[in-house]
Amino acid sequence: MYAQMVKSENTDSGPEFDAFQARIDAGERIEPKDWMPDGYHKTLIRQISQHAHSEIVGQLPEGNWITRAPTLERKAILLAKVQDEAGHGLYLYCAAETLGVSRDELTEMLLDGRMKYSSIFNYPTLTWADMGAVGWLVDGAAIMNQVPLQRTSYGPYARAMIRICKEESFHQRQGYDIMMKMAQGSIAQKRMAQDALNRYWYPSLMMFGPSDKESVHSTQSMKWRIKINSNDELRQKFVDQTVPQAEYLGLTVPDEKLHFNQETGHYEFSEPDWNEFFEVLNGNGPCNTERLSARNKAWNDGEWVREGMMEHARKKAANEKVAAE
Amino acid sequence: MSDESPTARNEWPLWEIFIRGQHGMSHRHVGSLHAADSEMAIKNARDVYTRRNEGVSIWVVEASKITASSPSDKGPMYEPSQSKVYRHPTFFDIPDDVGAM
Ligand SMILES: [Fe+2]
Ligand SMILES: [Fe+2]
Ligand SMILES: [Fe+2]
Repeated sequence: MYAQMVKSENTDSGPEFDAFQARIDAGERIEPKDWMPDGYHKTLIRQISQHAHSEIVGQLPEGNWITRAPTLERKAILLAKVQDEAGHGLYLYCAAETLGVSRDELTEMLLDGRMKYSSIFNYPTLTWADMGAVGWLVDGAAIMNQVPLQRTSYGPYARAMIRICKEESFHQRQGYDIMMKMAQGSIAQKRMAQDALNRYWYPSLMMFGPSDKESVHSTQSMKWRIKINSNDELRQKFVDQTVPQAEYLGLTVPDEKLHFNQETGHYEFSEPDWNEFFEVLNGNGPCNTERLSARNKAWNDGEWVREGMMEHARKKAANEKVAAE
Repeated sequence: MSDESPTARNEWPLWEIFIRGQHGMSHRHVGSLHAADSEMAIKNARDVYTRRNEGVSIWVVEASKITASSPSDKGPMYEPSQSKVYRHPTFFDIPDDVGAM
């Protein structure tokens, strides 16, 4: 998902730990000043930050099309959507900061590659139809994961997720709306829509992370309720929901093995290429270098502004103090 | 943790944001953000927390100025009120014949 393969720390045992687990099992929220196991604390910082970084880096593929949107209305909508993603990043950074880590530190860890962001944002957005596919599939997959996280055990994280979820359905709908327009358009437009689906289908399935058999960090995270559903469970839910939507568009999901199993009531589908997933996660996807250098450039170019604003604020405060004396 | 970071000295301070919605409710904590000063905190709060008409009034408070109660005081702070059930109206049985009260 936005937080893929988050390494989960183990926890110790003892009365404190049992009491903590009992609170979680009782559905209580853990708040910033409460006692928590070191492993919980560390895993949360990692997971929330990775999620925040994904929202921020996730602005880049869509930002690519803001100046080239086909109409003024589409441009305003896309701009609003991308601005929301900036907001999502900020809500999540705040939640991470309640765990005693600084914003700049988190930013630095993203910029020098110590922290990761979702694999999905390392794919290029080649045509306008990709704006449709991203909203429909990528935000759609994000919603699958984020809705249950509204009930996650860490209070500030859960509250950030609630705000985010309120805004996500606009994202998915604006994407699907673009897809409908394209799919009902000229032959060339329909071809573009199909091409976008072809390129974004498997990367979207990868967003949920590796299959449960290989997902080594899940058990502890699920016990702590910072992960609510398993990767395969969410992936299945996503496929079940998305296939009929593709059919409605008259588009074909690029999977020859895809079929509906009458007995289980679920679609059966091909796994994505997990080697590709690990390559992308390890920095070797089509756009990893571009994404990170764009973030580094923005950070470096903005340095004089950040310093200037801070200096201005210090001077103003000093002047006000003098005036008051 | 923040002291270890080379850029931390220039990190904009953290502000807690409180927003009053439209329906006569009191200001409610919605989250936090970084800003160089209070004026900028209000502008940023508008962009981050009121993109969909969530509020008609914003308060910003520098996070470092907030004093919070500590979770370990939970017992002495809140337990005394648990034994004072008579503070709730349902403690008293009033006959139905008396009418609405
Ligand atoms: Fe988002
Ligand atoms: Fe997103
Ligand atoms: Fe989104």
